[in-house]
Amino acid sequence: MENKIVIHENSFQRMEKKPKELGTVYHRSLWKDIVNEIKSNPVAVFAVIFLIIIIIAALLAPLSPYDPNKLDLANKFAAPSSEHFFGCDAYGRDYFTRALYGGRVSLLVGFCAMLVTVFIGTTIGIFSGYIGGKLDMLLMRFTDIFLALPSMLLMIVLNTILKPGMVTLILVLSLFSWASVARITRAETMSLKERDFVIASKNLGAGSVLIAVKHILPNILGPVIVAASLGVASAILTESSLSFLGLGISIPHASWGSMLQEAQTYILDKPLLAVYPGLLILLTVLSFNILGDVLRSALEPKIVK
Amino acid sequence: MLKYCLKKVGQLAIVMLLISFFSFAIIDLAPGDISSMYLTEDMTEEEKQIVIEKLGLDKSMGEQYLSWAAEALQGNFGVSLSYKTPVMPMLLKRLPSTILLMGTSLVVSLVLSIPLGLIAGYKKNTWIDNAISGFAYIGMSIPSFYFGMLLIILFTAKLHILPSSGMHTVGVDTPLDTFIHMIMPVLTMALGTMASKIRYVRANTIGQLSEEYVLAAKAKGTTPAEILRKHVLKNTLLPIITIIGMNLASLVCGSFIIESVFGWPGVGSFAMEAIGKRDYPVIMAYVMLSGFILVVGNFVADILYSFADPRIKRGIDVANGK
Amino acid sequence: MSTLVNVKNLSVSYFTYAGEVQSVRGISFDIEKGKTTALVGESGCGKSVTSKSLLGLIEKPGVIKEGSQIFYEGKNILEFKDKEWFAFRGKECSMIFQDALVSLNPTMMVGKQIMENLQNHNDAHLSQSEIQKRAQEMLDLVGIPDSHACMNKYPHELSGGMRQRVMIATALITNPKLLIADEPTTALDVTIQAQILELMKQLQKKLGMAIIMITHDLGVVADIADEIVVMYAGKIVERGSNEEIFYNPRHPYTWALMNSVPRLDLDNKQELVTIEGSIPDMINPPKSCAFCSRCPYAMNICAEYEPETVDLGNGHQVACWLTDPRADITGVPFHTGGGKHE
Repeated sequence: MENKIVIHENSFQRMEKKPKELGTVYHRSLWKDIVNEIKSNPVAVFAVIFLIIIIIAALLAPLSPYDPNKLDLANKFAAPSSEHFFGCDAYGRDYFTRALYGGRVSLLVGFCAMLVTVFIGTTIGIFSGYIGGKLDMLLMRFTDIFLALPSMLLMIVLNTILKPGMVTLILVLSLFSWASVARITRAETMSLKERDFVIASKNLGAGSVLIAVKHILPNILGPVIVAASLGVASAILTESSLSFLGLGISIPHASWGSMLQEAQTYILDKPLLAVYPGLLILLTVLSFNILGDVLRSALEPKIVK
Repeated sequence: MLKYCLKKVGQLAIVMLLISFFSFAIIDLAPGDISSMYLTEDMTEEEKQIVIEKLGLDKSMGEQYLSWAAEALQGNFGVSLSYKTPVMPMLLKRLPSTILLMGTSLVVSLVLSIPLGLIAGYKKNTWIDNAISGFAYIGMSIPSFYFGMLLIILFTAKLHILPSSGMHTVGVDTPLDTFIHMIMPVLTMALGTMASKIRYVRANTIGQLSEEYVLAAKAKGTTPAEILRKHVLKNTLLPIITIIGMNLASLVCGSFIIESVFGWPGVGSFAMEAIGKRDYPVIMAYVMLSGFILVVGNFVADILYSFADPRIKRGIDVANGK
Repeated sequence: MSTLVNVKNLSVSYFTYAGEVQSVRGISFDIEKGKTTALVGESGCGKSVTSKSLLGLIEKPGVIKEGSQIFYEGKNILEFKDKEWFAFRGKECSMIFQDALVSLNPTMMVGKQIMENLQNHNDAHLSQSEIQKRAQEMLDLVGIPDSHACMNKYPHELSGGMRQRVMIATALITNPKLLIADEPTTALDVTIQAQILELMKQLQKKLGMAIIMITHDLGVVADIADEIVVMYAGKIVERGSNEEIFYNPRHPYTWALMNSVPRLDLDNKQELVTIEGSIPDMINPPKSCAFCSRCPYAMNICAEYEPETVDLGNGHQVACWLTDPRADITGVPFHTGGGKHE
């Protein structure tokens, strides 16, 4: 031993046992976990910054001096310049402005579809898991069938038949994606239902709905948030496919997908028209996917770090 | 085992039934009267009535569905409204080129994604892993049609080395020519399905490598390469069988979109055209065909998987009281 | 008696997000040829990490620290290259694990897994069928009935005791000089436990390998161990021969471990004693005696300085301030003091 031992007179006296201190209490807040996880991952920081920029830009689209739908044949296929950042399309419309308005539609469809999906999925999941029994069996068979359906195919068929538009699109998208959310929330609810705090409040006379809303919902928020983030990504992606096929948002309004559909006509001559909206879809979806994965590692119980 | 198969066949039948009923109902509820496509102005009321009866449009939806289903079970999906010829032969004629495209894409995506996923998992959190995972992220975030368009821009518009559409150059019919036409559609289709497989194989490899039996194998002096080959590979790839089954969905739907982008003369682009023309018998037949491929694919994957994994096979037998 | 393994000042740390976890903090001990050495301590004390170091199986984020040495027959194995490790693992030194179910590959037949070890070290150039024959002989040796059928079974088709026998067969097929057994009986029923321990004892007699037995249960080692090393919080607190440890324990922790062994010879009314508290935070291990917060006989000095290791003769070593002649030993139920201070 290097350090010198200093012996004082009561060194060898029996230690007086102090009452045990309480262990350190770890505060685990959802929000803090998320922020910490994002901060520790530079890619996630970029994803969040990009999403904030794109959302603000889409919100501020009306500030653009151009009308997204006004034809101006003099500017047909104008090259990108300081006046027209992305140039102009076949009808001389400012492509940057159109991309901003397209972003509004794509993001709005993505968010709304996600909200409806999460709402339906969580409701069914919680009730199926909480009430259990026959109802659970029935609902889960129903969910299984929806999971087994070739969703993209049926979405295409549905959109062919129904009147195209934003509301249709949102409803169709949600109709085919709530099932997996219901599965996740059901599984979480089933495990929560057996926990002491739920049983305790049940014994205290709380009603089912109260327990579901007050105790179960806040505790399954983690997986639901993750599903929501990934849900926005897949909704935007699917919307773009449908619009690209001409089954989504219709002319003259634009979403990024329908812009690509128009651009396809001129792809060999004016490839840039296809590059911009596609890149916006790619980056937005990529950011939501990254965010979803980061949220997952922040919110789901950690095994080993 | 037999019981398990029968149960799966039962599920399969129910899903097919639901798909058919679902699409039939949608078409029935659709705005616009189907009969109007058959009726012309110069027909007399009586002639019109005969046509409507022949089409079965005077019956209720339930009855229509039943008679349609009875015919469909015999492989008769009616007559195309726009081509005025039976639907099934037209679909079957285009099926081989779609299967060629799907099959090749599946093989390409498997051949590329399995090693990439294994390497990424084995080299977890290194730059190699980051590069491969980044690639997978982009693959799952890019709309497939957009990737196809980018390829066209690069290889057709800029480099002029690959044809942008079709399956053959006019007047040429050689395997090489078809091969050249296939490159871009196959790449496009493969990329979309690769992403999920790479991520899956990677996660699985990481999971398997942290298993105790890997440590035990190391303690026997087994080298890392041997551990990957002898132990991890099999356990990682078993679930891939299921994933391939699930991939069929994205392949079928992918073929729909990608055939349109590249003008590939397959079932997908044919169905796309039918949707444009509201040719309901063709749409129904296409939905049933794709649904059938999907459901049967999943079924085969389930059965194969249960044969490949000794644990599941036993589990099933135990569950069935053997 | 000659020394097979000589561990000198071994330190292993795991670098985690929270900080450096010092799992093993400078331990030294020897393993004699053909003898059984038991590493005893509760979970988290560093005994498994120590055994993994012996096979070079410490992986990132774990690091064996500078200055550590492990001599195997005179060679410092910590300087081994990958190739030397592959030749060493399984051939010179084998390991069996706590839970045989997860330590056997679930989708590989048992026979193949036993053969793998010999295939990796096939210096005698045995043919495939000879290796297979050897594997089956090993299954016979470890007492598996119908060894032929067992070769073609999957791990989940065997019982827990049978699986552990398969592990032992796998480990011993190469005739290693050292067998590390990491809690080999913890996952088993008490009756099977006894059978496996008996089997290991017999095999040791037959094959002459040294055994390192890792366990948290002193009861397990009473019958089998020649040497006992008691670890606490990454350090050796006491070591000595089986007799010395059982009949003359000097460290309060050893004493506590002994009290927590269920005994058949005592009145049933006597309560099973648990050790209060838990092991200290290994990220900031105390500079003093690590056990002092849980020690009923702790003195003021215990919380200030770390006790030196004292040799009591007969190879019995202990690190405790109670061995100091000035120590207050009132109420200490075991004999203390008498150590030579270095």
